Amino acid sequence: MSKIIEGLKYSDTHEWVKVEGDIAVIGVTDFAQKEMGEITYVDCPDVDDEFARGEEFGALESVKASSDLYCPVSGTVAEVNDAVVDGPELVNADPFENWIIKVRMSDASELDSLMDADAYRAMIGE
Amino acid sequence: MAEEIKLTCLHDSHLALGAQMSPFAGYDMPIQYAGITPEHLAVRNSVGMFDVSHMGEIFISGPDAERYVNHIFTNSVSGCVPGKILYGMMLYPDGGCVDDLLVYREFTPDSFLLVVNAANIDKDYEWMLSNSDGYDVSIDNRSDVWGEIAVQGPQAERTVMEVLGLACAADLGFYEYCNTRWNGNRLILSRTGYTGEDGFEIYAGIADTVEIWELLLKAGVQPCGLGCRDTLRFEAGLPLYGDELSAEISPVEAGLGSFCKLDKAEFIGREALVAQKELGVSRKLVGIEIEDRAIPRHGYQVELEDGTVVGEVTTGYRSISLDRSICFALVGAEYAKLDTRLWIRIRRKTFSGKVVKKRFYQTNYKK
Repeated sequence: MSKIIEGLKYSDTHEWVKVEGDIAVIGVTDFAQKEMGEITYVDCPDVDDEFARGEEFGALESVKASSDLYCPVSGTVAEVNDAVVDGPELVNADPFENWIIKVRMSDASELDSLMDADAYRAMIGE
Repeated sequence: MAEEIKLTCLHDSHLALGAQMSPFAGYDMPIQYAGITPEHLAVRNSVGMFDVSHMGEIFISGPDAERYVNHIFTNSVSGCVPGKILYGMMLYPDGGCVDDLLVYREFTPDSFLLVVNAANIDKDYEWMLSNSDGYDVSIDNRSDVWGEIAVQGPQAERTVMEVLGLACAADLGFYEYCNTRWNGNRLILSRTGYTGEDGFEIYAGIADTVEIWELLLKAGVQPCGLGCRDTLRFEAGLPLYGDELSAEISPVEAGLGSFCKLDKAEFIGREALVAQKELGVSRKLVGIEIEDRAIPRHGYQVELEDGTVVGEVTTGYRSISLDRSICFALVGAEYAKLDTRLWIRIRRKTFSGKVVKKRFYQTNYKK
């Protein structure tokens, strides 16, 4: 069973979003990190890069494959988690603690289109 | 039409071991058990084993067997004595590759065993049949009745001798094999592999293969999946059909010209290779190392600094043994010199790298 945290928002591409004011903290789910296996590289955007909802903002690389990351909400990158760039294995160790980017949202109403914990649990069939 | 997925004789064991399974070459195959990294390191540092029962075994025999194998195979079997194995390719007339394969000269006169890639068994068998006119040979595809286990790593010799009691292992040099018996049935012990380490490939019947696998498991040999089979062969500079060789990629382009004996009177594809050697090829397979942790993957573009596309990545990894981001790439021949600076486009960015030798990892074969 993958860990799913109540109160977060989830995308169908396996990102989670935690809302802190107008900032969306974004990471990948436990389900996603398990599917990937040992993560060896986190490809992050730069601060101030702008992304539309659903746009590719980076990628995770495991030994066997790369997996694109999609921005669940539109906005500009406010912060990048250097800890996961320097230590990609942190994403395997705790994918909810080790967020990837923070985005200053341009349209908070987009959050409504994301799933809650129950809907995400149903989507991954657990 | 979707064909039914095939299972190897060890499929039940893979499921019991909790392997992550995936379709490969028409078979449901284990990708990993413990994880690609620990399995890769087991082979580099001690010993690991692979189910390679999906590989094809095609037997050629008859009065014209030697002449026939020389006709379809790039390497020369004329000087190959019983007990020896040769690597080479079967080619189309234009020099494109039908498959790469091992040829075993049997101890029985006028007999050879050809071991081919799983994905190509049917195609290869058809190719062999359709090019056998005028040769008195029988071509027998026995892929479904032979299992195969690869035991690879510095402890491989000790393992097959102590766990399996295969004493002839000690006498085999690299690319040599012996016949022995298991439960009274034929077993082929071959000092070959696809990892860059010393090791053996054991061919046996279905029931015997299952028994041997279980014995190795009980002895604690790490089962290894196709995931690390690819990372290991890649580091050792070994090509994979479909990536570094194909109907569109000739062995000369892939840097495998030494396995094509152009001094042989004739083989299918010879004229094309002679022309490629004389006129030069327009692209070559190279190794590239990039100065970043980003990972070049199959299909990514190779560029010059100004963005001109000059090639494409065929296989790439963050090397487990070397901790470097490296790849094979087919690039314009003028960019194939060692130390040539090239860029690889990885998603939104390009990363600078340079051409390096394709054998990234120092192999440890038995001399």
